[in-house]
Amino acid sequence: MLDRITNILVVGIGGQGVMTAAEMLARTALSQGYDVKKTEVAGMAQRGGVVSSHVRFGPRVYSPQIDAGEADLLIGFEAAEALRWLPYLRPTGVAMVNTLRIAPPVVSVGLYDYPPDPIGELAATGIEVHAFDAGAIAEQLGNLKLVNTIMLGAISDYLPFPAEVLRESIVEGFRAYKPKLADLNAQAFDAGREAGHATAVSRQAPI
Amino acid sequence: MNAVVQAQAESRHLLSGNEAVARAAWEAGVRVAAAYPGTPATEILENIALYPDIYSEWSVNEKVAVEVAIGASLAGSRSLAAMKHVGMNVASDAFMTQSLAGVVGGLVIVVADDVGLSSSQNEQDSRYWGRFGHLPILEPADSQEAYEMVKRAFALSEDYEVPVIVRMTTRVCHVKAMVTVEGERIEHRAAGFEKNPQRWVMTPANAKPRLPLMHERDRKFRELSETIDLNIAFAGSDRRIGFITSGPAFMHVRETFPNAPVLKLGFSCPPPLDKIRAFAGQVDTLVVVEETEPLLETEIRAAGLDVRGKDILPRFGELAPNVLRPAIKPLLGEPYEVPKRSQASVFPRPPTMCASCPHLGPYFALSHIRNLNIIGDIGCYTLGAGHPWNALDTCTCMGASLSMAHGMDKGRGESDQKKHIVAVIGDSTFLHMGMQGLLNMIYNRGNVTVLLLDNRSVGMTGGQENPGTGEDLHGLPAPRVDFAKLVEALGVRPERIRMVDPYELPNVVKLVREETKMEEPSVIITNRPCSLTDRFEHLRPYEVIDDQCTGCGNCIDLGCPAIFVSRRETVTAKSGKSKELVFARIDANACTGCHMCVETCAPEAIVQQQPQNRVIRIQPHA
Repeated sequence: MLDRITNILVVGIGGQGVMTAAEMLARTALSQGYDVKKTEVAGMAQRGGVVSSHVRFGPRVYSPQIDAGEADLLIGFEAAEALRWLPYLRPTGVAMVNTLRIAPPVVSVGLYDYPPDPIGELAATGIEVHAFDAGAIAEQLGNLKLVNTIMLGAISDYLPFPAEVLRESIVEGFRAYKPKLADLNAQAFDAGREAGHATAVSRQAPI
Repeated sequence: MNAVVQAQAESRHLLSGNEAVARAAWEAGVRVAAAYPGTPATEILENIALYPDIYSEWSVNEKVAVEVAIGASLAGSRSLAAMKHVGMNVASDAFMTQSLAGVVGGLVIVVADDVGLSSSQNEQDSRYWGRFGHLPILEPADSQEAYEMVKRAFALSEDYEVPVIVRMTTRVCHVKAMVTVEGERIEHRAAGFEKNPQRWVMTPANAKPRLPLMHERDRKFRELSETIDLNIAFAGSDRRIGFITSGPAFMHVRETFPNAPVLKLGFSCPPPLDKIRAFAGQVDTLVVVEETEPLLETEIRAAGLDVRGKDILPRFGELAPNVLRPAIKPLLGEPYEVPKRSQASVFPRPPTMCASCPHLGPYFALSHIRNLNIIGDIGCYTLGAGHPWNALDTCTCMGASLSMAHGMDKGRGESDQKKHIVAVIGDSTFLHMGMQGLLNMIYNRGNVTVLLLDNRSVGMTGGQENPGTGEDLHGLPAPRVDFAKLVEALGVRPERIRMVDPYELPNVVKLVREETKMEEPSVIITNRPCSLTDRFEHLRPYEVIDDQCTGCGNCIDLGCPAIFVSRRETVTAKSGKSKELVFARIDANACTGCHMCVETCAPEAIVQQQPQNRVIRIQPHA
């Protein structure tokens, strides 16, 4: 068991399953004997706002909040959101990003611009960035709700416990509540895990 | 039934503070629980509702919830009321007198302060209520403490015959952390109401003798505060600064300064001044870290101690490590530089209304009609103040729209003479505290056009039930108020009560135009359910036929988040003026087929998609 605290920041937009993904990570860390805290401010996020969920686990966790520059792992469910939360990542951290782009109404009506190349901007910082289209994988598997499991699969080899532990806890959850979806989620997890390795955009020496 | 409800004694669970409160209430033998939904407290009652041994209800407002809890307490039952911070303002009338009269069965009021305003119109420090009502405040710092303190609060409430407040904050309510569930439910017998007019009929003659008893109670609580194990000193190796703290700020202090001595006040009102004095003697500098007002700080200073606090720390918002570090480090002679990090410039993503939200139609209408002062209320429809509608001019508190609109009508200034006054309010807010404003307006011969947006849901907090939805907290059928009959009973003339389908935009615009011109109050009632609830029917999505789209941009003005700009073009009109065309596309994954946008489209470029094999759509509330 790791004797320091692991900080994981999951970010996206209300309705994308950010909080569910963070909950899965928290429960799995708990099953590994860690003290765990998970927090988000979600009040109005259901209405298409920004959602960020902080997961911290270690021998003893006091504050539930991850400070800027302290996240070991940034999981971005949307490209511009990953860029927004980049300052929270350590220089040695890893960003795992779904390349999905969702423009809010303020962009649609022309008040703001969507960044032309958010993944490129992330990569230019020298941080280890992995980016792939989780939606395309989900669509191949026939269910867009799988994005959540695909993203968890993608980061499963960057955790202080074996990927199989996270995989099992996700699949187990489906077996208990939605058994018909258990196999499909196992496939999605594996596909995500593969994508998480294959898609490094940049890897420079940490500054 | 969920895992927490079935949890065995001595098992560990990842629980939010709100879930922990619910479990503790069940174990404590609570028999009656009541609340009105409000972020961040909503899930307390939603979780209590999972325990069949507890009678639980959505009350119509927080004052009613507290009164329900008081009544149950007088019958001898342990009872609980839960609310967000502003709810306590509503409940305070009942609270302030019952704190004088006292209770029989343990009565705990859980108040959740939205420190940092994640979803509130103000920031309040509910610890003031302890001083105001002369009763204890318990302040949990995480889920485990919330669980333990709720149980302690019931024991205290019965021992001292007084309501007890458990003060939560967003960072306790919505943080999930480990809780060791200790036990099972312990039933508490309710002896039944014992008539005792001197005690329960708070006439001046009966209330007056209670005052010295209340002050005697204060003295006992001051003594208790010195000895109770909820006020704990943690020794530290670095005694340059000793912290006095409470609530989640304790966690931030421990995280940031792990070697500093800390006096943690779980029973923070009244504060243990002798204990604080002794602690102060062991450290060089005493710093109070409290969210949000300098309450303890003021009381400690009044006791003659030298203390730092809000002179170096912010008086609002969360005192998270990133706030504590720059404030405290200079005191230690350790200059602190804010780390330089590249700040990505990303557009804001404010919350917005949902695809096919039934509020979109009324706001489309309001944004297209001139000369309106639009007085708003608390709910999803407060978002109408934002883009693209910009059609809401005020938002103050629950139910304020009707009475403020009436006041604006009566107090018209020079620039208002030709304006029409409109009030916008939702179904649940109307029933919470809005209908009194309508009654007042009718009685006093006011003239306001009321838009009663009935989406059969407490939308903003996640679609809870209310007396207008036909279901109760448990999803069981319940009597459903008839809004048309209700407003008629309050005195609106039947001719001025107009029902409208909010998706039929031309009708909505026409009705608002007509009714604002009337010289008497009107109520326009919409009738489509919140699109995030099960009552909403999802139909086949629409799409834009690109070569028929003329770029007029009318559908974009609707503000539906399923409609996007596909491209912009600047053209020169015959008059020589240049004009920007905005072409639209519809995201089929987000569109629910409500057809509202079709009503904005003259060239009929928006059509329903043909049925085909499609991937399963992401539900917006997944």
